[in-house]
Amino acid sequence: MLAAVINFPGSNREQDAIMALERAMGRKPQVIWHGDSALPKTDLIVLPGGFSYGDYLRTGAMAAHSPIMREVVDRAKKGVRVLGICNGFQILCETQLLPGILLRNSKLKFVCRRVKLRVENAESDFTRLYKQGQEIDVIVAHGDGNYFASDDTLNHLEDNRQIAFRYCDNPNGAARDIAGIFNNGRTVLGLMPHLEDAVEPMHGSTDGAALFDSIVRALQ
Amino acid sequence: MNMTAQKKANASAELEHLIADHGMTREEYDVLLRVLGRDPSLAELGVAAAMWSEHCSYKSTRVWLKQLPTKAPHVICGPGENAGVIDIGEGLAAIFKIESHNHPSYIEPYQGAATGVGGILRDVFTMGARPIANLNALRFGDPKHPKTKSIVAGVVAGIGGYGNCVGIPTVGGETNFHASYNGNCLVNAMTVGIADKNKIFYSKAAGVGNPVVYVGSKTGRDGIKGATMASGEFNADAESKRPTVQVGDPFTEKLLIEACLELMATDAIISIQDMGAAGLTSSAVEMASKGNLGIELDLDKVPLRALGMSAYEIMLSESQERMLIVLKPGREVEAGNIFRKWELDFAVIGKLTASGHLVGKRHGKTEIDIPVGPLVDQSPLYNRPWEPTAQLETLPANAYPLPAGMTILDALQKLMASPDLCSRRWIWEQYDSLVGADTAQGPGGDAAVVRIHNTQRALAMVVDCSPRYCAADPIMGGKQAVVETWRNLTAVGARPLAITDNMNFGNPEKPRIMGQFVGAVQGMREACLALDYPVVSGNCSLYNETNGNPIMPAPVIGGVGILQDVTKAMTISFKAEGETIFVFGDTLGHIGQSLYLRELHGREEGAPPPVNLAAEKRLGDFIRNLIDDRAITSCHDVSDGGLVVALAEMALAGDKGCHLKADDGLGASYWFGEDQGRYVVTTNQPEKLEKLAKTAGISYAIIGHVAGKALAMSGSRPLDLTQLRTLHESWLPAYMSD
Repeated sequence: MLAAVINFPGSNREQDAIMALERAMGRKPQVIWHGDSALPKTDLIVLPGGFSYGDYLRTGAMAAHSPIMREVVDRAKKGVRVLGICNGFQILCETQLLPGILLRNSKLKFVCRRVKLRVENAESDFTRLYKQGQEIDVIVAHGDGNYFASDDTLNHLEDNRQIAFRYCDNPNGAARDIAGIFNNGRTVLGLMPHLEDAVEPMHGSTDGAALFDSIVRALQ
Repeated sequence: MNMTAQKKANASAELEHLIADHGMTREEYDVLLRVLGRDPSLAELGVAAAMWSEHCSYKSTRVWLKQLPTKAPHVICGPGENAGVIDIGEGLAAIFKIESHNHPSYIEPYQGAATGVGGILRDVFTMGARPIANLNALRFGDPKHPKTKSIVAGVVAGIGGYGNCVGIPTVGGETNFHASYNGNCLVNAMTVGIADKNKIFYSKAAGVGNPVVYVGSKTGRDGIKGATMASGEFNADAESKRPTVQVGDPFTEKLLIEACLELMATDAIISIQDMGAAGLTSSAVEMASKGNLGIELDLDKVPLRALGMSAYEIMLSESQERMLIVLKPGREVEAGNIFRKWELDFAVIGKLTASGHLVGKRHGKTEIDIPVGPLVDQSPLYNRPWEPTAQLETLPANAYPLPAGMTILDALQKLMASPDLCSRRWIWEQYDSLVGADTAQGPGGDAAVVRIHNTQRALAMVVDCSPRYCAADPIMGGKQAVVETWRNLTAVGARPLAITDNMNFGNPEKPRIMGQFVGAVQGMREACLALDYPVVSGNCSLYNETNGNPIMPAPVIGGVGILQDVTKAMTISFKAEGETIFVFGDTLGHIGQSLYLRELHGREEGAPPPVNLAAEKRLGDFIRNLIDDRAITSCHDVSDGGLVVALAEMALAGDKGCHLKADDGLGASYWFGEDQGRYVVTTNQPEKLEKLAKTAGISYAIIGHVAGKALAMSGSRPLDLTQLRTLHESWLPAYMSD
């Protein structure tokens, strides 16, 4: 299995994603510079957390127009698995690989905190090693994690079982407590919490490891 | 008076005004005349004034700072460079420093604090380190003061806004409130980084003819010193009204870190220096002076963001996110490509010369030509008059019993909900403390613990100061600040290695304030020597006064230590029902300057608690061994609020209560006294601990055991943890109307 982590100017959790992937895969993923328009062969693309382009426009908006993203969108449409974490989720929404958008947190402040998530759909390549309804301890660290979409879109996400995770105690005002969603085919996952920062005992929780283990197992 | 005399008198008055506007004395100006052998140009005056400012020259403090111990076998580089460097074994070095951004943060809290973080990050990565953690020490005015709330909001958002975006975790800090900071908040930021021990970068220039390169952001008119900027004579247009506070751009900083580290991985760099206070002036002078060389700058080549900037403005701009680099000859293209990849400015702006002069040209005209050696050597040095702080009497232990009708646990509730002891969660949840996935222990413990990437070892780090102790007795307060960092590092199991200091004081021209400084240095010196814990970097912030009211002195200490095994890092939380609670060290009921006295009796009086350095060392080494042997399950040093506050914090952290024994008849002073040199520890091997303590001659008391979900002691109704938690967590969010 091959994985690629895309590095944008301002990405800052790429190291965390690389470590979590390495733990699951047994070797390092490739790291791709955003300016490259060619993406090597890969089974999984990860868009890491951070502040791409400083998030000086709307979060993720600049990165969505980065040369590499055209390639990412093409691959995603061909079924290559894509995981966007935090800023990566924001970028996926900006590219419209995922519906909706991430607004400023309802309290207008950055929040770094341990939160509980509920696994809403364990039937995906990203979540299969979780139990349906399982509660997991992870962390959030973001200023713009307030998921927003029209009621129609939200209803469609519910009906189509595209909601991957929900907050048990919503830290940012996200609609319907949504922490992470799939695309229609469940091949693309975007989520705000940093499951890559909860993969070893030192992190205080290892509940995030199953996400990486799931996708690695599915693609091997 | 004839016309010529009148003209002369006018010119002389104008000159006096100009000198004063640059914060110089007439005597200092006369020295400049001798250094130059002629009248200075305006730009030269600006350069000299900046270099000789208190901030850059340490002219009031140098004579005293020299007394601080700076050497140890593990010190690679002590004070004098951008940051201190220590050997942490296995080929690695830790590089760290603390720096203040007090005045700007008061004027413009968000940007002042943000650029404080940016500046200290640059000091650390300039030397070749990848920053791994930030900490901060904050002091705000009385919560009731009308400005306090907005300053807290701005400073915290600024620190978070910068650190979060750059992607360096903010892992620890401290915050106090006191009326003496009403007009002068303190914002001290510390960065810790890690570098290859054999790849440390210094600022000393070398090699006549080598290119001097400018990288990073463009230079604008921001940050040109308030004192100089405000003068209508040099700059009467509207530009001069632009704020004197710099504006930070953390995104550019992130790119600058990555670009500099990429260039540092090559061998193209001879020396490198960030442009901090006094911008291009201080970085150019610093590099040239250390290399005993001259430096010639073509200021037309400096990337500018404003039109029509003069040599004066270019040399004194404090625009952020800029570095000056001396490259090996012929490496310009390679280096330029790296910075272009990161979309940063890169310009060769000059070269090193054998002249020994700093030369600055603008529009083909030499605006600056100063001999660097004399400029640095003739820098003013003052041995200012000082008077020692009067000793206060030690209060008897029974001087202030509990207010009528209150139990110990009633008083505890009041303390735990007070501004200085309540939870700081509202603050640290705005900081990303986990980015990097190497944070083993973030805010809320005795010290932060950050794993050294790709190893099982970790650095522990902490910032501490108790200004109320320093105001009451600067010697004891200085000593205590150093010792408290040492104790906090010990409490997580780390071996303390070295410190950085941030000396925040009032006006040094007042003998009383200078006496506080002298005392604090003396106390710090004694502690550093006794603990083999040298100072490797630091910063002074003086003139923290408003309307003649000085701040309580705050020699803030940042300590760094090493853990050989991150899995042994100790935490403060109670772990398991039934475990025995020990307190190590002597509890004598020292009530003077305690928070109990202030919060329950409204008094700030008495001598602060004495520090016994030999006992501290012995006890700390003992505790560290217990942690290393896995003989204890939690550990917390006793500090603000005393023994029962330490117990309450451990209970809240572990969500487990405790049953406590009686108080030796000392009453309130037993539970709330702030005797130094104490640790609370829990264990499931009490007999072993007693035996070890007896053998080592360490005094201890068994004060109870972990039990239930409440704090319980005889004579008080049990205090439910849920209730305590609500009190503890509520004050700050309620104050900030969140």
